[in-house]
Amino acid sequence: MMDWHIIVDSLPQYVDGLWLTVQLTVLSLLAGLVLAIPFAVARISANPLLAKPVWVFTYFFRGTPMLIQLLLIYYGLGQFEWIQQQWQDGSRFWLVFREPYGCALVTFALNTCAYTTEILAGALRATPHGEIEAAQACGMSRATMLRRILIPGALRRALPAYSNEAIFMLHGTAIASTITLVDLTGVARNVYSQHFAPFEAFLFAGFIYLLLTFGLVGLFRLAERRWLAHLQPRKAVKDAA
Amino acid sequence: MIRRIVLMAALAALSQSALAKDWTKIRFATEGAYPPFNMTAPDGSVQGFDVDIANALCQQMQAECTWVKQEWDGMIPALMGRKFDAIAASMSITEDRKKKVDFSDKYYATPLGLVAPAGSALRPELTSLKGKRIGVQRGTVADNFATRFWANDGIELVRYAKQEEVYLDLAAGRLDATWVDALEAEGGFLTKPAGKDYAFAGQTIFGRNAEEKAVIGEGVGIAVRKKDTELKAKINKALAEIRANGTYDTLRKKYFAQDIYGE
Repeated sequence: MMDWHIIVDSLPQYVDGLWLTVQLTVLSLLAGLVLAIPFAVARISANPLLAKPVWVFTYFFRGTPMLIQLLLIYYGLGQFEWIQQQWQDGSRFWLVFREPYGCALVTFALNTCAYTTEILAGALRATPHGEIEAAQACGMSRATMLRRILIPGALRRALPAYSNEAIFMLHGTAIASTITLVDLTGVARNVYSQHFAPFEAFLFAGFIYLLLTFGLVGLFRLAERRWLAHLQPRKAVKDAA
Repeated sequence: MIRRIVLMAALAALSQSALAKDWTKIRFATEGAYPPFNMTAPDGSVQGFDVDIANALCQQMQAECTWVKQEWDGMIPALMGRKFDAIAASMSITEDRKKKVDFSDKYYATPLGLVAPAGSALRPELTSLKGKRIGVQRGTVADNFATRFWANDGIELVRYAKQEEVYLDLAAGRLDATWVDALEAEGGFLTKPAGKDYAFAGQTIFGRNAEEKAVIGEGVGIAVRKKDTELKAKINKALAEIRANGTYDTLRKKYFAQDIYGE
């Protein structure tokens, strides 16, 4: 009943799709994380001029489905004549939004940035008072304290929650296929419509996603072992000695 | 007790096969995003040439027809999965599809055409399209054609789930042209305000050689499951009748000025 020749024949397409999925996931996670660090600091700031805009941003991106955000940015922006004019004039900035790749990266990065900002802001708020007092006692300035104590501590504490976000992001990139990108899901949809074989096409794509997920989980486990070593269960006395 | 269960099961099986065979109720599927052949009205119902023809067939067969909306790329798997009984969605009769489903006789035939900004020098030929971005709807005859004859030779093929999305991106300047069913482009885009600056670039084609003709197929038919030969025969009979009694032409004139049946 199952026709695996279809998969064997379209294997090169799946490899290309896998590569695109990996790119989209890794690049959007990196960009999102880098942006999220200053955003998180602003989010917990006592100054409402810093905190409120970030709150609005995370509220919007966490409050609407990523698919809607992607369609808005890809099909929505493309409708404005002013933006079409920018494309014709070759404006570097706006040309990013002409390419589906650019639209997907921007959407995914902003979306994951919103979630990561909230994760980091929570971790920052959870900084133990003792650490802050000790830093003050050493005479650290606010900036030094942020750089040496608050942010590194928050990044460590955020790791378990962030690993979930990374996995959500990997799975979220599947919607890139709705704007013509041929990622893993896009390949599966092409194979499906060419051979009318939904089961084989999507099952194989699902299997690759599963492997990617296991890979991510493994990476985060290594990271936790390294940076959250102080939270690991204590090892047997024999090892310690 | 056991006898009763067996009897009931036998009765159920009997009534089911009786139901399946008389075809007084037929579930039709269409896409609803391929104007003027099939489109979705503001109230969510489907309309268009495909829908009108199928409804006329149902009337002729004295069957009660209901409509299901189904995404194009899942159309044939859903038919085989018994989500509905027949597809009236401008589906061309091609060799690839005939491996999975059966088709009625054609109810219209349509060439493929290249739609580009008016005055474009593009032609639907390999040399002319090199390095261009051409939009197609995934899984259509146009897609099969472009995949087969163009995709490996430096033409960037961009596949969409819906033809309407291709037009959006063509108008937004993301594509150089779309390769599409010519009647669809005519009725769904070129004659609409959004398509006023666009035109066919070069000739529309039914297939310039045997190879191309094999991909484009012999026309558009109604697809049914392979085992439903009786339904197919009924549809063919009704189709011949509405062609003969003038219903077909009345419906065609609603959408198209010239004949679209082909020879």
